[in-house]
Amino acid sequence: MTMELVCPAGSPAALTAALEQGADAIYLGLRNPTNARAFPGLNFAPENLRLAVDAAHARGKKIYLALNTYPTSDQMALWKSSIDIAAEAGVDALIMAEMSLLDYAIRHHPGIPRHLSVQGSATSPAALRFFHEQFGISRAVLPRVLSLSQVERVCEKSPVGIEVFAFGSLCIMVEGRCQLSSFVTGRSPNCHGVCSPAEYVHWEELPGGRRRVRLGEVLIDEFDAGESASYPTVCKGRYRAGDTPFYALEEPTSLNTLELLPRLAQAGVVALKIEGRQRGPAYVGSVTRVWREALDTLERKEGFVVRPQWQEALAHVAEGHQTTLGPYHRSWH
Amino acid sequence: MKISLGPLQYFWRKSEVMDFYREAANWPVDVFYLGETVCSKRREMRLKDWLELGAILADQGREVVLSTLALVEAESELAALQRLVDNQRFAVEANDLSSVQLCRERGVPFVGGPTLNIYNHETLALLQRSGLTRLVLGVDQGAPQLEALQRQAQLAGHDFPELEIQGWGRLPLAYSARCFTARAHDVPKDDCGFCCLEYPDGLPVSTREGQPFLTLNGIQVQSTACGDLGPELNELAVLGVDIVRVAPQREGTGAVVQRFAEALSQGRTAPRHGDCNGYWHGGAGMAQISPTAISMQVPGA
Repeated sequence: MTMELVCPAGSPAALTAALEQGADAIYLGLRNPTNARAFPGLNFAPENLRLAVDAAHARGKKIYLALNTYPTSDQMALWKSSIDIAAEAGVDALIMAEMSLLDYAIRHHPGIPRHLSVQGSATSPAALRFFHEQFGISRAVLPRVLSLSQVERVCEKSPVGIEVFAFGSLCIMVEGRCQLSSFVTGRSPNCHGVCSPAEYVHWEELPGGRRRVRLGEVLIDEFDAGESASYPTVCKGRYRAGDTPFYALEEPTSLNTLELLPRLAQAGVVALKIEGRQRGPAYVGSVTRVWREALDTLERKEGFVVRPQWQEALAHVAEGHQTTLGPYHRSWH
Repeated sequence: MKISLGPLQYFWRKSEVMDFYREAANWPVDVFYLGETVCSKRREMRLKDWLELGAILADQGREVVLSTLALVEAESELAALQRLVDNQRFAVEANDLSSVQLCRERGVPFVGGPTLNIYNHETLALLQRSGLTRLVLGVDQGAPQLEALQRQAQLAGHDFPELEIQGWGRLPLAYSARCFTARAHDVPKDDCGFCCLEYPDGLPVSTREGQPFLTLNGIQVQSTACGDLGPELNELAVLGVDIVRVAPQREGTGAVVQRFAEALSQGRTAPRHGDCNGYWHGGAGMAQISPTAISMQVPGA
């Protein structure tokens, strides 16, 4: 079975790039806090969502809507009305994590497939059974924590198709279980759809070309002149345990699983997700092109070899210009 | 309001664990949460040991709950979880939907742990139908969310379960597949040498300008700042909190329990000893926000 290539779009231009370069499905968010990339200037107003669905359907491709944040009791109307908007626009699936929203969707729009978001933190067949039995999900996106052999075993026993992250920025924490951003800023991926939001980021220029970056009051990192500086998410800062500051949690790198493609296909993974709704059309276009080519190559069954130009193109757009196999590779743990 | 002792989140030798609970058995703790919630490789205490310890505490009239792993990855972990759910004596604190599902399948009622992401009354009601009998609020939730949860549950005519919140201790902020303690030692997780035994209160890391910030505890990241809702005890009571949880540390946990117990028995708040309360007041977790309740403090108490 061919694995579906699911690509991100935070804007109509990114959507066009993904469609032109061969995405099978594109996932989007509405322009409100109902999704985990609720960044200023990003995402789709309801009328743009309808246009996006039309554009994708005209090419025989699909649109999935991410509604994967967690509303508190007094916010539920916005999330539910967003589900209604998605249904009206004719999206092909809803990507959700929150139980009451899954429940709402199955009751009010049972015809729209429900995918469990990575934010649902489901890492075992038992957790997947829970969402399948309770809310009839048809697919689940696994958190970026399992090793490849664990992914293989989950695929064997899962009641639903499994989608995994193939490329992009690497959340090293179990998604849906990380409060590092809210600890410092009060704003979290779970509740606000943001991580280390830009309005809390302060750069300081120091003598000699050194730079410091803070999130709120907290010093996340300091860079030498000419050292490439990354976005200050808490998990990618340098801290001290002894004398020398080090990346205590993770280096600024991107996940890249190109070389695992044959094993992911063999495991029965049904879809590959490219991270990056916050990235521009150039990123979306070049990453989609590489993965389309790779998947088509795999499909021809003529022996799959990762081409150097693919890796070059991906490294060029990767965070920190470095890539890693991340949790799929046991040594990462 | 009752006092609970949350699960021990660090890795100690078995003898140290037993000594700790032998002492804790003399504290005014109503509910003991026992078991390993962070890393399945930590096997100083086996399920059998936790059950024996639980039996001793239960015989002294304490409530005992067995806590489960917050992150379930391997099949062996699921099998261990199944044995825990099937223990037939003690209730279970489900810290992951894997444990919720196993409890559902066996018809075992459960405490909804702080990592289940229960943010609203509708999800709470769904989980109550699956067997949830007590809700432990997530670390990032405080008065504003709780007030909305209570109000909307009441409007919807839902029964509200027992309610618990962590009132003292470092804040558990994140979980990963990666072991950060092993990483700090530059050894692979699969060959970690159980280096977290060297850090009975976790491995603190500070920022490059020396501000204490995070504490590495195996695959878990905690705050180094200690959350303290002692000065907010009256607000907790007003919002219907039934149980206030104290997270165990190597030293001083008994004194914290005593301080909270005295305050509760006298119907007053406990003076601030910890660092932060931001989540309770709807702000950043690390913030210390002066509560209105501060005027109710009894100096020196």
